[in-house]
Amino acid sequence: MDLSFTDEELAFQAEVREFLETKLPADVKDRYERGLHFTKEGQVRWQKILNEKGWMAPNWPAEYGGTGWTATQKYIFAQELGRASAPPPIPFGVSMVGPVIYTFGSQEQKDYYLPRILNSDDWWCQGYSEPGSGSDLASLQTKAVRDGDEYVVNGQKIWTSHAQHADMIFCLVRTDSNAKAQEGISFLLIDMNTPGITLKPIIGLDKEHTLNEVFFDDVRVPVKNRVGEENKGWTYAKFLLGNERTSIARISQSKLKVKKLRAIAAEQRTNGGLLQDDTDFMRKLNQIDVDLMALEYTELRMLSRIQKGEKLTAEPSLLKIKGSDIQQALTELSVEALGMYGVAYEAEEIREGRNDQNFAPDYANGPMAEHLYLRAASIYGGSNEIQRNIISKMVLGL
Amino acid sequence: MDFELSEEQVLLKDSVDRFVLDNYGADDRLKLSQTELGFSRDHWKQMAELGWLGMAFPEEVGGFGGGAVETMIMMESMGRGLVLEPFVSTVLLGGALIAEAGSAEQIESIIPSVIEGNLMLAFAYAEPQSRFNLNDVETTATKSGDGYVLSGTKSVVYHGGTADKVVVSARTSGGSRDAEGISLFVVDTNASGVDVRSYQTVDGQRAADIRFDNVSVGADALLGEEGKAAPVIEKIADRATAALCAEAVGAMAAANEITNEYLKTRKQFGIPIGKFQVLQHRMVDMYMEAEQSKSMADMAAMKLDIGYSDETKRAVSAAKSQIGKACKFVGQQSVQLHGGMGMTDEYSIGHYFKRLSTIELLFGNTDYHLNRFSALS
Ligand SMILES: Cc1cc2nc3c(=O)[nH]c(=O)nc-3n(C[C@H](O)[C@H](O)[C@H](O)COP(=O)(O)OP(=O)(O)OC[C@H]3O[C@@H](n4cnc5c(N)ncnc54)[C@H](O)[C@@H]3O)c2cc1C
Ligand SMILES: Cc1cc2nc3c(=O)[nH]c(=O)nc-3n(C[C@H](O)[C@H](O)[C@H](O)COP(=O)(O)OP(=O)(O)OC[C@H]3O[C@@H](n4cnc5c(N)ncnc54)[C@H](O)[C@@H]3O)c2cc1C
Repeated sequence: MDLSFTDEELAFQAEVREFLETKLPADVKDRYERGLHFTKEGQVRWQKILNEKGWMAPNWPAEYGGTGWTATQKYIFAQELGRASAPPPIPFGVSMVGPVIYTFGSQEQKDYYLPRILNSDDWWCQGYSEPGSGSDLASLQTKAVRDGDEYVVNGQKIWTSHAQHADMIFCLVRTDSNAKAQEGISFLLIDMNTPGITLKPIIGLDKEHTLNEVFFDDVRVPVKNRVGEENKGWTYAKFLLGNERTSIARISQSKLKVKKLRAIAAEQRTNGGLLQDDTDFMRKLNQIDVDLMALEYTELRMLSRIQKGEKLTAEPSLLKIKGSDIQQALTELSVEALGMYGVAYEAEEIREGRNDQNFAPDYANGPMAEHLYLRAASIYGGSNEIQRNIISKMVLGL
Repeated sequence: MDFELSEEQVLLKDSVDRFVLDNYGADDRLKLSQTELGFSRDHWKQMAELGWLGMAFPEEVGGFGGGAVETMIMMESMGRGLVLEPFVSTVLLGGALIAEAGSAEQIESIIPSVIEGNLMLAFAYAEPQSRFNLNDVETTATKSGDGYVLSGTKSVVYHGGTADKVVVSARTSGGSRDAEGISLFVVDTNASGVDVRSYQTVDGQRAADIRFDNVSVGADALLGEEGKAAPVIEKIADRATAALCAEAVGAMAAANEITNEYLKTRKQFGIPIGKFQVLQHRMVDMYMEAEQSKSMADMAAMKLDIGYSDETKRAVSAAKSQIGKACKFVGQQSVQLHGGMGMTDEYSIGHYFKRLSTIELLFGNTDYHLNRFSALS
């Protein structure tokens, strides 16, 4: 056991730090720091910069364009991203469907999609949830019926994040209605421009548009766009969810938020002094910081077990639950930090160009937006209730 | 002791419930909150006609002499529908301050118009540095000839953008956070030097930042005694806080009903999700928080009707800290139990969450009131 970095690791850290200081676009950084939703253009611009450097996919095997880094280097990289307020890549391509493709996909799929993911040529979205199938994902009803070299897809997906930007959607579809729920599902890669696909926006609590309904009406998908075997999609889907649950802990982002809150507390006036003199407030902030440290070292301990070749079962669910609790506590506290200005909130479209119109401090633009959106952190990626069910069953044997 | 409503009180409650049922369907409320104004002047007229705008004013000034209990009854029912009209701002804050501290002429020239629904008010007290401290007033009022000149910035003035007149707290003497030296003024929002900038709040309402740039007012703008306004402000803020507690109780009751119904109808894994024990217990906790909150809101209102002492202040702070905690728990968990549905603007539950979160911080958040309770204990 040893927590210190080697000289090479320190040099690597300096290299990452320098890269982020010089290459991260200021506008991208600003939105991310505030907790506002990204713009597609800004996010793609930034991801292309990462890819040019060869740092788009630290978790991929080197043969597919991964970095070949050690676990410690990956850790350093994630920390530095957080420290620099640099958004990580959107997960749908590089963290979700990419690993499914290189693990289970055909050679043709690997050759075509993986480079396009790395270079952000395709924007991917995730077509799992349906109106009747959220927590009980395996009950999904969107059907794909084989017709020669094609599947004909009919049905509906919902809560599809950022689908309005997407070129591609990876979809779970039912290919066998007679088998047990989990055994009749296949995993399809579908071009969003295929005739028969329509989108309907869902406006969120935060009055912004990130969610969508996606409708499939006789959508024809080449059979070669199926990943792996027919009716084995559930295996791939679960593989993907396992990956999703670790990245969802967002530890370095939360560290950034703690740092930002300390800065706000050093500026925000209260009772003739500063918010940082308010022991109630600081106690809450410090408690979160301690929780976050416990989570960080839990994650490191798990990564070390994975590195050693151990197979984890449901332990990543712990990261998801604790990570989302912390994110929510932090955004709640960020709103609280603003005092009365916590209630002033307008959707971006309305607020556009009138930042200067009220007298709120500049950092008031962001916390409420993020607070509202992140109520979903305990819902998406498998709700925290479902994660607890998984731990109790898989880890505790209950 | 009697926790039951009188016949007149039942009639009052029924009439507000009816209004909410008729006018505040979830879709109606969402549409209304998205209009420029953010509420309905027709509703306001109706409220005047029904006598609600006069309910809280003493009979001497043309009101119906209702007490904190009557206010509680109305607010609880309005809370169920998340009513958007500026009832608190106009009647319970601006109007109440004038009725409490104003001269006969001031009352006569303003309160009847308020009761008739022809005049809207707001209370400008918070400042960028003040957080929840009502005595942290840096806006100044300097004597000049017969009158005063006001300078300073007030932040997040609920319904400041639609108010015809605002009641403003300003310092006529004393240091930044002294209770001594705070005065109240009634100022026309269209007076020269008054800059009102309105924006939306997260609960679908409107607030404004108001800058006073050397605004000249006459001696008749002063409300009550110069420099002696702090106790008046504290009292009216406590009454308004108790009213907001009642609003929260109504909103929590509605949120719990909606969520409970959802647990019975939404199916996953082939059964209603309300069959999962973890959700049953969560719902039970939400129910218990709402019950405890109702008890505290009733208690605070009844104590206010007995008189106003340190014990009353302590009671209001106790109620607000219980209810603040409950607002967060019930609001957040009702979203959680709805899954994705809870995250949408179209479905009503998120709006309850947002208003409940807002009430938690209005006139002091949970920590603030727990500290005030402790200081008074
Ligand atoms: C902001 C956001 C972004 C999303 N992005 C995507 C996306 O890009 N792609 C995608 O496919 N999906 C996405 N989702 C969908 C998300 O995965 C689902 O919302 C989630 O799985 C919950 O499903 P549901 O909404 O149907 O809720 P339900 O499953 O109906 O759950 C309602 C409540 O019941 C609880 N519950 C359900 N079953 C049990 C049980 N057995 N035991 C205990 N409690 C239970 C849940 O925890 C929840 O509290 C997103 C959701 C949100 C809110
Ligand atoms: C100090 C003391 C005094 C007592 N006095 C008396 C007395 O005077 N007369 C008398 O008859 N008995 C008495 N009892 C017994 C008491 O009523 C039982 O202990 C109690 O009913 C729990 O039963 P148990 O101990 O068998 O625990 P169990 O029933 O085995 O419960 C164990 C745990 O499982 C939980 N649990 C059980 N079923 C469920 C479920 N369906 N859903 C969720 N959780 C569940 C329980 O809450 C508990 O946490 C006393 C007990 C104590 C500790």
